[in-house]
Amino acid sequence: MNKKVLDRLNGNTLLLVITICLFFFMYIIGCIVYSGKGFTHLQTFLNLLITNAGLICVASGMTCVMLCGGIDISVGSLVAMDCMILAYGMGKQNLPCIPLILMILVIGLIFGAVQGFLIGYMKIQPFIITMAGMFFARGMTAVICTDQISITDTTNKLFYTWANFKIQLPAFLGYINKKGKLQVPFIRISVIIALLVVAATFFLLKYTKFGRSLYAVGGNQTSAAMMGLDTRKIKMKAYILSSFLCSIGGICYCLNTMSGSVQQASGFEMDAIASSVIGGTLLTGGVGNVIGSFFGVMITGTITTLVNTNGKLLSSWANIATAALLCFFIILQSVFAYVKNRSK
Amino acid sequence: MINNVLIEMRDITKTFPGVVALDHAQLTLRKGEIHALMGENGAGKSTIIKCLTGVYERDSGEVHMEGVEGNIYNHSTMDAQNIGIATVYQEVNLCPNLSVAENLFIGREPKTKLGTVDWKTMNRKARKIMDDLDIPIDVTKTLDNYSLAIQQMIAIARAVDMDCRVLILDEPTSSLDDNEVEKLFKLMTDLKNKGVGILFVTHFLEQVYAVCDRITVMRNGTFVGDYSVQELPRVKLVAAMLGKDFDDLAAIKAEGHSSFSDEVVVEAEELSHKGTIKPFNFKIHKGEVVGVTGLLGSGRSEMVRCIYGADKPTGGKLSMHGKELKAKAPIDSIRAGMGYLPDDRKADGCIGELSVRENIILALQARNGVFKRIPIKEQNRIADEFIKMLQIKTASRETPINQLSGGNQQKVILARWLCTHPDFLILDEPTRGIDIGTKTEFQKLVLEFAKQGMSVIFISSEIEEMIRTCTRMCVMRDGQKVGEISSEEGAMTQQAVMGAIAGGEK
Repeated sequence: MNKKVLDRLNGNTLLLVITICLFFFMYIIGCIVYSGKGFTHLQTFLNLLITNAGLICVASGMTCVMLCGGIDISVGSLVAMDCMILAYGMGKQNLPCIPLILMILVIGLIFGAVQGFLIGYMKIQPFIITMAGMFFARGMTAVICTDQISITDTTNKLFYTWANFKIQLPAFLGYINKKGKLQVPFIRISVIIALLVVAATFFLLKYTKFGRSLYAVGGNQTSAAMMGLDTRKIKMKAYILSSFLCSIGGICYCLNTMSGSVQQASGFEMDAIASSVIGGTLLTGGVGNVIGSFFGVMITGTITTLVNTNGKLLSSWANIATAALLCFFIILQSVFAYVKNRSK
Repeated sequence: MINNVLIEMRDITKTFPGVVALDHAQLTLRKGEIHALMGENGAGKSTIIKCLTGVYERDSGEVHMEGVEGNIYNHSTMDAQNIGIATVYQEVNLCPNLSVAENLFIGREPKTKLGTVDWKTMNRKARKIMDDLDIPIDVTKTLDNYSLAIQQMIAIARAVDMDCRVLILDEPTSSLDDNEVEKLFKLMTDLKNKGVGILFVTHFLEQVYAVCDRITVMRNGTFVGDYSVQELPRVKLVAAMLGKDFDDLAAIKAEGHSSFSDEVVVEAEELSHKGTIKPFNFKIHKGEVVGVTGLLGSGRSEMVRCIYGADKPTGGKLSMHGKELKAKAPIDSIRAGMGYLPDDRKADGCIGELSVRENIILALQARNGVFKRIPIKEQNRIADEFIKMLQIKTASRETPINQLSGGNQQKVILARWLCTHPDFLILDEPTRGIDIGTKTEFQKLVLEFAKQGMSVIFISSEIEEMIRTCTRMCVMRDGQKVGEISSEEGAMTQQAVMGAIAGGEK
């Protein structure tokens, strides 16, 4: 590698490259070890996207908040509340799904605006405010209904069709199964939504004034203010964005699970934070990228798939592997920071 | 009324809890002039600027600006920028995680037709700005790749590029070298000729007389006077700042260097730190003041950090009072009786949220250990003693240290080390960024301590200051100790020292 490429790769970019390489490395290992169990099929990879579509949206929002130096731990509960509103509205009240979806998006905006206002303008610690938001949303979920409600063919035809709609990829990507039938790989609507969210967030962070302001605020809030940025407004917008993307994530999640229950998506916020950190976002803000977070989700998803495919391992091993990865990445970040300081 | 007035501030009052920072202060800035704002630390220079730029909101008073209707109230830096007031503060206010180009343009990024950030144009413009200033750097790299001096130049470039009518420079030169200061002065003169009004805050008197047209002097939050440079020679300026006849520096000289005993306090043999400083020998006697001189980056600070144990030595031997000292971390050095006043007081010294008392007591408590808490009465006594002794200007001993001015913060850090009664004290640039009056006091204090038997290493960029206080000077060049100059042979003159620093060629 020539020097210029190496130069570009220093620090934060290198972290992203490591994340992406690690993902492919893990996946290839999976392909080799579990080749008999269908790991090599494209569909396994696509299923990874399908199961994690909700988390991808939520992690995108989380990345934005973390970039400006904040944190949003209300997202898991908000996803649960969104699912419950959809399931209860369609299952118990026979409401049409489109108004319900719009309602969820509006709730996300309002939810984020309140949290963002308190954090940005009232200068309250984001951890405390979003923790309040977490309890509130979880509580509201139970207030709406304590039962587990499923969305089926009979409750809402349209939503059911969306959830089961297969977007088929070209047939040559498929394979012939044991019965001699052609299996064409497919994805679902939620995957399209999630990928659009990642693309939109990437664009937002890289090419809009607001996106760059997030980095500035996360880098040094005082300086950002001195340079004439309205840090309060930027922070508020970040939380609105997070809750909004979280609501979209909630819809994707519901399309996947087709149910609503109080305990749903618990610990989701931590998954989102973990994915962002593995993807190279610093908890202190200012450094990170949504592409990294996307691969962060894919890595944690791959770990789970690997553990499940093995079949003999306790599923908790996935958690332990994630913990090890988190440590690995945080140590790596510290090492880079240290090297950078030394070389100055 | 005078013609050409750009900004007029009248009867500005601003109070902080317990302190009147500005008391009916005033300031007039005209078009096309470079106007120096002078005063001691804590005179209210920064406060009046911050009232103008919207960082603080004034309690009362009027601000008028040419071309803007009525009494101006800026609520944020943004408001000030919108009416054409750009500011560069003493601390670099940029984002280290963004690229140089972004730092120049954030908040006013060039846009494409679609309203998105136009990176190409931004990088191109940024490159042009930096080239014009003769600073050839890669504008796409993040800011934290560059030195403080370059960061400061970038901050200035940002302010200049914003088509400002008023440019405020709050001690921009404290981290710049002579060459960079010259570039800055050229830039300032260019802007002045274009009709921009420049407000320049500095502690360097030479710089005032080099570029400024007018001088406003402030003292204790009040307005002393507005003079033209011609009518205010240096001596008068200093007298106006201090509000008394200038306590002549010669007085110190007359006192002479205190004699010291033959007892060796600290001795370093072939001590080195890989990558920063080559092996050096060093010896200091009881009651001696030794200077360490050299250009910025010559290894001055690295040498003392190595002795103190802030950077763990990678080779050589260090002994104190004849016993070998194996310091693993600063705490070992503190216990052995060392004290170290770092040059970057913001990053290494002050803990902003803690009170003056807590900041003073910190090192003493650390030496005693966490479990032997110093009784609060004792803490108060010590704090009061040093506030009085060092004349620290603070509302009370419980005031958070970040409400104090820079010079007074420095005094608090000094008090922190003095109260541990060290045998050996390292002062790294203790007088940077503080006014001339306090500087003199500082020098007197150093000599006073030496007389009481303390050994002191004194580092300063101002050679004259060191000649006055030190008995010996170590000269550093490129991470290596290249020589010592002793005052005894009368060899310690400014020329001799400069010659040694430059390597005897110039």
